[in-house]
Amino acid sequence: MTTVAVLIDHRDGAVTRPALEALTLARSLGTPVAVWLGETPSADAADQLGEYGASEVRVVDAADARVASRAAVAVGAASEDADAVIMISTFVTKEVATRLALATGAGVVVDAAGAELVDGKVETFQTVFAATWDVRTRINADKAIVGVRPNTTQATPAESAGAATVVEVSVDLPETRERVVAVEPVEQSDSAPLAEAPVVVSGGRGTNGDYSLVSDLAEVLGGAVGASRDATDEGWISHEHMVGQTGTTVTPALYVACGISGAVHHRGGMQASGTIVSINMDPDAPIFEISDFGVVGNLFDVIPQAIERIKEHRAS
Amino acid sequence: MRILVTVKHTPDLQSQRSFTDGRVTRSAEDGTMNELDENAVEAALQLVEAAGEGEVYALTVGGPDAVAAVRKALQLGVNHALHVSDEAIAGSDVFGTAKVIAAAVRKVHEEAPLDLVITGMAALDGLTSMLPTALAAELDWSQLTLASALSVSDGEATIERHLADAHETLAAPLPAVVSVTDEANKPRFPNFKLIMAARKAPVTVWTLGDLGLDPAEVGAGASRTTVVDASPRPPRADRVKVTDTGDAGTQLADFLIEKGLA
Repeated sequence: MTTVAVLIDHRDGAVTRPALEALTLARSLGTPVAVWLGETPSADAADQLGEYGASEVRVVDAADARVASRAAVAVGAASEDADAVIMISTFVTKEVATRLALATGAGVVVDAAGAELVDGKVETFQTVFAATWDVRTRINADKAIVGVRPNTTQATPAESAGAATVVEVSVDLPETRERVVAVEPVEQSDSAPLAEAPVVVSGGRGTNGDYSLVSDLAEVLGGAVGASRDATDEGWISHEHMVGQTGTTVTPALYVACGISGAVHHRGGMQASGTIVSINMDPDAPIFEISDFGVVGNLFDVIPQAIERIKEHRAS
Repeated sequence: MRILVTVKHTPDLQSQRSFTDGRVTRSAEDGTMNELDENAVEAALQLVEAAGEGEVYALTVGGPDAVAAVRKALQLGVNHALHVSDEAIAGSDVFGTAKVIAAAVRKVHEEAPLDLVITGMAALDGLTSMLPTALAAELDWSQLTLASALSVSDGEATIERHLADAHETLAAPLPAVVSVTDEANKPRFPNFKLIMAARKAPVTVWTLGDLGLDPAEVGAGASRTTVVDASPRPPRADRVKVTDTGDAGTQLADFLIEKGLA
């Protein structure tokens, strides 16, 4: 394995943590090159990519690559020599991966938790069926495309890091039938986006629409706020917060479920989390079956007490 | 308005799901139409009802048991059921499956042009969400994915979609492949009359030969990926459950502190 291209996820010009995780994973497969869609990255961003092992930063100035077919052509032009292409698994990159695979004959695995080389082929591992099964998949094709989930590799700088060379890649992007009529950015909170957050505190029906304690606990633990489908359907909190199979799938080190019964759709989106803690009034709530620590109780009593104890501990 | 909806036969979410020889176990007892495909069927029915004319086809690909998926679609009110069944298809990856579906779509489209193919946002077994894109590419049709709202007018489909970082409105000319989310609508329940009619309704069965496809293009042999190992995960060990008698919040905090998580 020689070259491994990594599609770099960046926000407001800064490299995201999952992108560094992907570079770390790429180093275990070969020599990473970073693929950057959009305006040329800042020197700081390029330095950071070099620090995590990228030998090159290949820039395709295709800022309007919101349409999958265009983004796939851009990534393809920047990864022609790569034996593997790694992306952070999202609904959008899954489409990019699919288009790129059709153009190159590559095999694809998305939502992977990791990958390694076995006899010269990429093998991926992931959990499926709401994290009740472990699956290992071999990519038979000569080129491998792997979508990896955030929080599945510990991002570490390369031991022998050099400076990454910034290279502009020019490509004619195709005309597409699809046109973007309007884009309305979603207001981002100060914490990491849900999919990337190392800690997620979610509230469900048991909150009765009051997310103040859930938010307080998330803040204390340095996490993002999530929600169940029930809560987003009620309009208590916006759809972007929904954790579940059809919302955001999360794999944080710690997941705290507050007043969430744990319907199968919700579990499918969080069951692979590291440690799961839950608070629910109903002793028979299915969430307890997958919780490392469960409290049968009222979240309005339990959360303030837990916050107080954590603050006390930190002060001591 | 002529619409084809793809529906997948998947294990019921409430059943014990498993793998057999690297493939998802599918049985007649635990199998059903993928729940998210109900939103696709609903979207198609609503568009035809709003247009006041048109037809909806439901198409599934899979072994003999997969007919359950199109029967469910018939119960919901689609007009025609199509089932592509051929032993050579078993073990196909998403690209092989997209080839088969594209061939079937073309066959329907040649009889009388289709306006849309509508799919669910994902199948709740694999959850890759790759098929709509692969199908649009195979057909070389417009691609509009993850629609939480869909409208059609003047030969163009318009969707809204909610991504993590933006709400988008996208438009594209027909024919188009559209995937709809579970936010797009609230699927109807089958009524008694349709349930009875669905039992007797004819299902058109096609083989690869009927679609003019070479078996070597699909199936396990053509798959770009192979599941080499699948094993059930053990349940979480050492689970603790306490009932709050006044200090459970403190206990919870101590658990997190001990684990280095707080």
